[in-house]
Amino acid sequence: MRRETPQRLTDYAPIAFPAIMLTVFFVIPFGTMISVSFFQRQQGGFYTPAFVFSNYERFLSLFFANVLGFSLMLAVLVAICCVVLGVPFTYLLTRLTRRAQIIWMVVLLSVLSLSEVIIGFAWSTLFSRTAGITNLLVVLGLMEKAVALSPGFPAVLTAMVYQALPYTILVLYPALIRLDPTLTEAARTLGASPLRAFFTVVVPALRTTIMATLIMVFIFALGSYLLPQILGRPQHWTLSVLITDQAIYQSNMPFAAAMAVFLVLVTLAMVALTLFAGRKREAAT
Amino acid sequence: MRKILNSSISRRAMLGGTAAAIGALSMPSILRAQDRSLKVGVYGGYFKDSFDKNIFPDFTAATGIAVESIAEPTGEAWLVQLEQAARAGVAPADVSMMSQVAMLKGQSTELWAPIDTSRIKNYDDLLPQFVNKYPDGRVAGIGAVAWYITLVSNTDAYPEAPESWAALWDPANADKLGLLALVSNSFLLEVTAKTYLGGTDALDTEEGLNKAFEKLAEVKPNVRLWYRDEAQFEQALKSGEIPMGQYYHDVTGLAAADGHPVRSTFPKEGGIQDSGCWALSRASDKVEEAHVFIDYMSQPEIQATLSRKVGTAPTLKRDVLDLTAEEFASVSSDIDPIIPRYDLYQTKSDWLNQKWTELIVG
Repeated sequence: MRRETPQRLTDYAPIAFPAIMLTVFFVIPFGTMISVSFFQRQQGGFYTPAFVFSNYERFLSLFFANVLGFSLMLAVLVAICCVVLGVPFTYLLTRLTRRAQIIWMVVLLSVLSLSEVIIGFAWSTLFSRTAGITNLLVVLGLMEKAVALSPGFPAVLTAMVYQALPYTILVLYPALIRLDPTLTEAARTLGASPLRAFFTVVVPALRTTIMATLIMVFIFALGSYLLPQILGRPQHWTLSVLITDQAIYQSNMPFAAAMAVFLVLVTLAMVALTLFAGRKREAAT
Repeated sequence: MRKILNSSISRRAMLGGTAAAIGALSMPSILRAQDRSLKVGVYGGYFKDSFDKNIFPDFTAATGIAVESIAEPTGEAWLVQLEQAARAGVAPADVSMMSQVAMLKGQSTELWAPIDTSRIKNYDDLLPQFVNKYPDGRVAGIGAVAWYITLVSNTDAYPEAPESWAALWDPANADKLGLLALVSNSFLLEVTAKTYLGGTDALDTEEGLNKAFEKLAEVKPNVRLWYRDEAQFEQALKSGEIPMGQYYHDVTGLAAADGHPVRSTFPKEGGIQDSGCWALSRASDKVEEAHVFIDYMSQPEIQATLSRKVGTAPTLKRDVLDLTAEEFASVSSDIDPIIPRYDLYQTKSDWLNQKWTELIVG
């Protein structure tokens, strides 16, 4: 099929709907947020329209840099964990019978029906001293007495990976199912072990997909604010938690907006950097 | 009950309230049909349901004034609406239940119509903290509901009840406490000041506040959970996972009555007493009805009914009430309460919030 460049205005019609949606649900709210971030906060009151930088100035401190750093680190870690678990899992999944694949997919998709609140509370029970999994280990004789595994960083990480893993698998699945099986067969005939074939053939062939998955999970994890609150200590609170505090509890919309704008900019910068690095490597090879 | 105060449902309640208010305004014929009526803003959710069920029907029967109750959000959204409506000369609600910080903010723009205290029969029986006054002495609001935050503990983990807020600082309680996560709802600065600095007046100066923050920093190693969500702490307290902390007196009492191993203790320094006021918008033309309403709500019998049915602490002196010792203890205490320094959350809110966040996160 030959693709023609649009000639008349009506040729653009098919993209009008997505364009309107994007404008109404993204551009306008985001624009509002940017303008509010420059408004003047009235302490003990609300805010007045203005053009001031004080909200950004307040954000530029070591304290918020640390919180931002932690949030980014957590999101990167969640993305890496998800891909490390998700790629081999999805690869093995694609090799199962059609029926088994469907059952697995239904189970995975059902996780998506759980809200963040339910996931958070379920894990906090599983990690508790009184009713948690350590009691099981005590019964099995593996541990001496039950301990609490939450709140703590591992608890936050586990729950966030649990929440993001189904998305990871959903994104990886189409690419892996379309992967030509003759590639691995060729590698095997040439004497590679299954493990070696996986790492030297499958993974490199999926490089773009893996990169896209990493970025998607990273952005998904960056917005998480409930799980760090439920399962973490205050030092594990992400920037999103502090944004919520300012917006809802302090009614300091300008500062909350400034933090949110900053978070979006940093996210975009990181994604751009990743894509740029990927393209450079591709050009080099 | 505090679920409402935590603002998660507020938006919905607010939308509902606004829609109802707009509906009422656009249908003046209905208002005229009812001879005497009053629009009363009440915190949406538990409070509104309880008032609609236990209080308002009796009020209408006693006075002939119909009440249209309006679900209002806590926090400041309702204040903004009242303020903007008052500028346009309308009142979405005549009388509203307002938080103490909102009362102060409303005072700054003269939003509250002064209340004629001579028309409140039990005015002299009101506890002083339930009369909200303008700096020049005019009365801006009269206490509506009050509740306590106390020291709670799991009876299995602590066979002996703790006696003082100092238990929060006890090194033996390392990693065992659950405390509220925000400076403006935990009121821990006031607790620190009352326990160690001789009273909440110590918070008048920045130096005093810094001292309180310093002392409060010593609590950090004992805290397992800084909670925003009450259900999370309540669950952990019942199971003994987090055996001590600060929590609402009435809810803890209900949990204990259900057989859970928990108790609420009024420490010798006093429980934290938070409350809401009845306030009349200056744009309301129902001044007469509003006074009848506030007078009715401040009667000893009604305050006793509120304590029994809604679980709030009475706003009147104890000796005028017919509550039994047991009924009184389930909602209040004779120990002098710690009254939050609401003025600080108006004048220094950003500074306090920043210091507090750095204290617990850093």
